[in-house]
Amino acid sequence: MVNQPHTRRSFYINAINVLGSLIAAALAIPAAAYLLIRPKGADDSGLTEVADLDQVKIGTPQEVLYVRKRVDGWRKITEKASTWVVRTDDHSVVAFNPACTHLGCAYHWDAPAKHFICPCHASAFSIDGKVLAGPAPRPLDRYVAKIEDGKILIGSVIEQG
Amino acid sequence: MLRTTKKWIDDRTGIFTAVEYFFDEEIPASSGWHQVFGSVALFAFLIQVTTGILMALNYAPTPGEAWESLRYVVTQVTAGSIIRALHHWGASAMIVVVVLHMAQTFLWGAYKKPREATWMLGVVLLLLTLAFGLSGYLLAWDNRAYWGTMVTTRITAGAPGGAILLRLLGTDGTSIGRVTFARFYAAHVTLLPLVVGLLILCHVILVRRHGVTPAPGDEHRPKKHFFPEQLFKDTFAVFLWCVGVGLMVAFVKVPLGHVADPTDASFTPRPEWYFLFLFQMLKLFPGPLEVFGSVVLPGLAVAALMMMPFIDRSRLVKIRQRTGAIALATLAGIGWAALTATAVATTPKQIEDENIDDPQAWQLIPAAQLAGVGAFRAGHCASCHVLGHSAAGPDLTKAVSTKPSDWLMDHFRKPTPDASESDLPTAQLRALVQLVTKRDDNGIEAWKTAPAGPVMGAVLYQANECSGCHMLNGEGAKVGPPINGLRTRHDRAWVLGHFSDPDKFTPGSGMPPFDNLSDPDLATLTDYVLSIPK
Repeated sequence: MVNQPHTRRSFYINAINVLGSLIAAALAIPAAAYLLIRPKGADDSGLTEVADLDQVKIGTPQEVLYVRKRVDGWRKITEKASTWVVRTDDHSVVAFNPACTHLGCAYHWDAPAKHFICPCHASAFSIDGKVLAGPAPRPLDRYVAKIEDGKILIGSVIEQG
Repeated sequence: MLRTTKKWIDDRTGIFTAVEYFFDEEIPASSGWHQVFGSVALFAFLIQVTTGILMALNYAPTPGEAWESLRYVVTQVTAGSIIRALHHWGASAMIVVVVLHMAQTFLWGAYKKPREATWMLGVVLLLLTLAFGLSGYLLAWDNRAYWGTMVTTRITAGAPGGAILLRLLGTDGTSIGRVTFARFYAAHVTLLPLVVGLLILCHVILVRRHGVTPAPGDEHRPKKHFFPEQLFKDTFAVFLWCVGVGLMVAFVKVPLGHVADPTDASFTPRPEWYFLFLFQMLKLFPGPLEVFGSVVLPGLAVAALMMMPFIDRSRLVKIRQRTGAIALATLAGIGWAALTATAVATTPKQIEDENIDDPQAWQLIPAAQLAGVGAFRAGHCASCHVLGHSAAGPDLTKAVSTKPSDWLMDHFRKPTPDASESDLPTAQLRALVQLVTKRDDNGIEAWKTAPAGPVMGAVLYQANECSGCHMLNGEGAKVGPPINGLRTRHDRAWVLGHFSDPDKFTPGSGMPPFDNLSDPDLATLTDYVLSIPK
């Protein structure tokens, strides 16, 4: 710190700061992209057959187990999954994501009370998914659902609320 | 405000005082550019730690899945290929700078009293850096990794105490499995970083304890301070190191070959470039003498390096007068370069299949089915048969057709009583029969999505009856070599030339010349056969 001309010293300090910032940016930018941007190929918009339409009675929600294919990180996996299906009339169904919109617990249909009830924090949902009681912040999430040749097909989740 | 906050923090933690103390170190007047390598090596280590942690966030450390997850990192994750390339080239560049650091210390005689322990710790750190390279090499789990590590474990087996080492590596030396993989992974990401981090700390403490080595004459000159001049030089060197690594990341592809295949006899294993000299040296010691090349000589060299401060106990002199050291370092450099160059020159050129993207469905089905897709499209079948749902005709993707092939052929020729007769050649209609009666999920996917080029290629393949001699995706005869993996054996020019004059390229080939094909057709067919994966 002594015996050095002032200009030279400040040049060194400025250069250290500039070079240091350049190096930090060159590393931080790819690292941030790596951590924060969604990987490619994670979207899946195909439809999966979950049940025959005849299996579901109009007006009675039914939990349907089915097998779906999904991309899980670096693996294409086949796994069991479930959905709550409500047949509203002869030609239309609604399929709910089986996780409560509060904290993701599995809710069930309370037949006598005629509503969905979550065992974790007692959120209740009507047959069309609307919040009736409890801490749930939004109605039940629905899957894209359609009927083809007497089969119920579902796709990805449409967020609600 | 800022100053009071800074003071508050410093009063309680001492952090700013510590940094100031560290930066304010007094260094000899002769210090300069030749002493930047230690800082660069430390920086390189930190880069390896950072990029390594980032990679571990998307990595499954088991054989097989390791390769899948790494492929996911480099093909799917944003900037994943950059992070991996930084780790890969950063490792090489770290070895370069660690060796330069040691060469500088050696040439200037900085290992002499009282810095013997600093030097010996440095030699240990060099060896551990190489151990990092060795253990990390397996973790990609491609052929290169598998076979390279195989050779390493065999060398270990031949060393004294090799059996114990092999036990520690969880292998009997004949194959590399889950346990060995786990050991390499654990060494690479837990043991080595911990030990190396601690030893670097000790190394730096020792450097501070004894101070930067002065040159003769420094005792008469006023001392300098590390900050800011030397720190600037160190930072600039780090910057140059980053530019070098950055250029490698940008312009040189990091290899990720096929997933490791212990049955692949065609693979020629080679170690990383920094081990090539050892690999080449082994060849100088045939048969029972091998242990000299693999263990004795490297062992002696490491021992000599370790004991250098006790071998050379002369007074510290100016670098220009250290002719013996300069000659020795030059000789070692020449020897290393000669061995490495010979190894590179004698490595057979390998056409490694670098296409690691998932093969498309059309690349996985027999040519006849893909040619059937061509017939389906050329015959406008989709005007009645919509793929995916029922229309005027049934949805053909629902189930495999069980109709007899005669019925199908008649239907294809004249789909409805009032339709005109199809003008498609019989071979193509037969291909369509194959498609509707034999296709699997890949067949459906190809049916919907196959691009026109490969479909045309498959039609040509079918029309020229290539499957009469060659096997492609499980269909065809075995008279000629299989089409699968052709691209790993020959390049495009070879295949094109081979079509027009097989005998010239493969003397005695039984394949007839296909000079009847037009140039564009030949190109389409060549592209198709070269696209079929191993």
